[in-house]
Amino acid sequence: MNTKRAPFNFFKWIQSGKVNRRLCMVTFMLTPLLLLLVFTYIPFVKMFQFSFYDMKYIGERKFVGLKNYSEVFSRKDCFQALKLSGYYIAASFLQLGIALWFASILSFRVKGGSLYKGFLFFPYLVCGIAVGFIFKFFYTRGFVLDTVLQWIGFDLQSLPYWLKDKKINNISITATSVWRYTGQNMVLFIGAIMSVDSTLYEAAAIDGATGWNKFRYIILPSIKTIIVLNMILSITGSLSVFEPPYVITGGEFGTGTYFVIMNKLAHESQKVGLASAMAIVLFVLILVATLLQKAGEWYFLGVGDREPIRTIRRQKRIVKQTEEGGR
Amino acid sequence: MRKFNLKKIIWTIVKYISLILGSVISVLPVIVCVITAFKTPEEYATTSVMTLPDSWLYLNNFIEAWQKANMGVAFRNSLIILVCVLAGSVLTGSMLAYILSRFKFPGNGLIRSLFLFASLLPGIAMQVSVYQIMYSLGWINSLMGYMILMCGTDVMSIYIFIQYFENIPVSLDESAIMDGCTYFGVYFRVLLPLLKPAIITVMILKGVGTYNEYYAANLYLQDKNRLVTVATSLFKFTGPLGNQYNYICAGVIITMIPALTVFILCQKQIYSGLTQGAVKA
Repeated sequence: MNTKRAPFNFFKWIQSGKVNRRLCMVTFMLTPLLLLLVFTYIPFVKMFQFSFYDMKYIGERKFVGLKNYSEVFSRKDCFQALKLSGYYIAASFLQLGIALWFASILSFRVKGGSLYKGFLFFPYLVCGIAVGFIFKFFYTRGFVLDTVLQWIGFDLQSLPYWLKDKKINNISITATSVWRYTGQNMVLFIGAIMSVDSTLYEAAAIDGATGWNKFRYIILPSIKTIIVLNMILSITGSLSVFEPPYVITGGEFGTGTYFVIMNKLAHESQKVGLASAMAIVLFVLILVATLLQKAGEWYFLGVGDREPIRTIRRQKRIVKQTEEGGR
Repeated sequence: MRKFNLKKIIWTIVKYISLILGSVISVLPVIVCVITAFKTPEEYATTSVMTLPDSWLYLNNFIEAWQKANMGVAFRNSLIILVCVLAGSVLTGSMLAYILSRFKFPGNGLIRSLFLFASLLPGIAMQVSVYQIMYSLGWINSLMGYMILMCGTDVMSIYIFIQYFENIPVSLDESAIMDGCTYFGVYFRVLLPLLKPAIITVMILKGVGTYNEYYAANLYLQDKNRLVTVATSLFKFTGPLGNQYNYICAGVIITMIPALTVFILCQKQIYSGLTQGAVKA
C-alpha cells in the first residue's frame, strides 16, 4: 500500500516507530521462544503422550492406556526409589544447618576469614563426575576414609564397606552432596546476613549482646525467610537427585534414586513409555511441592504489595484484643 | 568481667576449631587426589594413600591421563562450547528480558509464566523425549546441536536481566528514541553497556553449569573421539581403567585446574553473582 502513494523507502519504513517496535519485538523474542518451544514444551507434550504407550525410541508403539502408571506404582524399583529421597531431604537440612553455622561465623571479622570461606566454597566448583571419582577413591576399602579412621583408632575389620553395605551406602553418597553444596548455601546465607543493617550489630555490641544473642535476635529473624524457602526448595531437589548415585555407584547396591532408575529404563532398557510415566509422576510431585512453597511464601513474605497472611492475622488479633479490652 | 572473658575464649576456640575442621573436610578428599596423582605405579601399589610421593616432579600420570582421556580435544571442545553458549544465552536472555520489561503487549504475562512453568520441569526427566527431538533433527553427535540445546530455556538468567532492566530508568530509552534511535539501537547502544554487572552474574552462573555439564553431553555427543568435553572425558576412566586411581586422580586434577584458576582470580564476583542469582530467582 505504501508503495502506491510515495516512492517507497524501505529504510525509512523500517525505522518508523510502530513498525520498528513490532519488528524488534518479533526478532528479539523469536529465538528464545523457539528454543523454549522445541526443547521444553514439545518434549513435555510428547512425554505425556509417550506415557500411554508401550514403545521404544524406534519401531512400533502400542497404546496401553494407564498401564505404565500402574506399573510405576507397583514396580518395586520405581516407587521404592522415591523413599531414598528421605535420605536426601535429611541431608539437605543438615547441610543448611552447617551452612548457617559457618555463615554466621564468617559474616563477622575472623582471622583468615576469606581463606576459610574459599576452602568451604570450592567443592561447589568441582564438576559432578569428578566429585564422583574423588569419593569413589575416598570410600574404597583401605583407602582414604578407612586410613583416617584407623589413625583415630578404629579397626579396619569393624568398618563397613562404605559403598556396598546397604545399611550405610546411601548415607555415604548423600554425604558427598553435602560436601559439594554446603559452601554454596553458606555463601547465600552470608549474602543475606551482610544485607542486614550493620548499625543493628553495633547497637547490640554496645548493649553487651553475646554471640548467641546476636544470632538469635538479629541474624535469625532477618534471614528466616531465606532459610524457610531453602528448606522447601531442598524437598524439590531431593525428589530429583541424580548425579551422586549415578556417578559413584551407578545405582547399584540399592542406591538408585528415582531418576537413576528412570534413566536406566529410558536409555538402557528403552522402555520409553514407562520412563515417561515416571517423569510425569515426578513432575506432579514437584508441582505439589512448589505449590506448598508458594503457599509458604505467601504466608511468610506476602505477594507483591500484600502483607503476609501471618502479619494480617496478628494485626487482627491485636485489634480484637484491644476492642475486648475496651469493653 | 573475668567470667565473660573465659566465655569469649571458649567461643573463639570453638569457632576456629569448627572452621579448621570444616576446611579440612572440604579439602582433604582433593588433597589425597593430588598426592596420588604424583605417585609412580610402584609407589601407588605399595604405599598407603596418605603417604606423600617421593617426588613432586613425577608428571607421568598427568601425561598419561591427558592422552588416554583425549583431553586436548576435550579442552578445545569445552572452550568452544563455553564461548558460544555464554554468548548465545546472554544475548537471547537479555533480548527477551528487554522486550518483557520494556514493551507492554498482550501476552507479556503469559510468556513470563511460560518460562516460569518451564523451570519446574525436571531437566533430566525431559531428556527422555528431548532425545527423540534431537534425533529427528539430526543433532545427535553435533556440537552445534548440543550448544543450541544448552542455550535454551534458562529462567534464572532471564529473571536476573529483567530485574536489572527494571532498575534502569525508562526515561533513558525514551530520550534515545527522541534522538532518533531505533528500538534495536536502544538495546545495543544504550542498555547493553549498562547491563554489564548482570551479564557478569549470568556468565558466572551459566559458565559453571556449562563447564560441569556432563549428562546431556554424554547423551548427545556420543562420538567420544571427536566430541569429548572436559566433563565427559573423565568417563574414559569408568571402564577397564576403573581401578588405576593414580591416572584417574591426575585426570580429575587436570579438569579442576581451570575452574580453580577462575575462582582464585575472581572470587568476589563469583560470590556476589551467586548471591544475586539466588535472591532474584
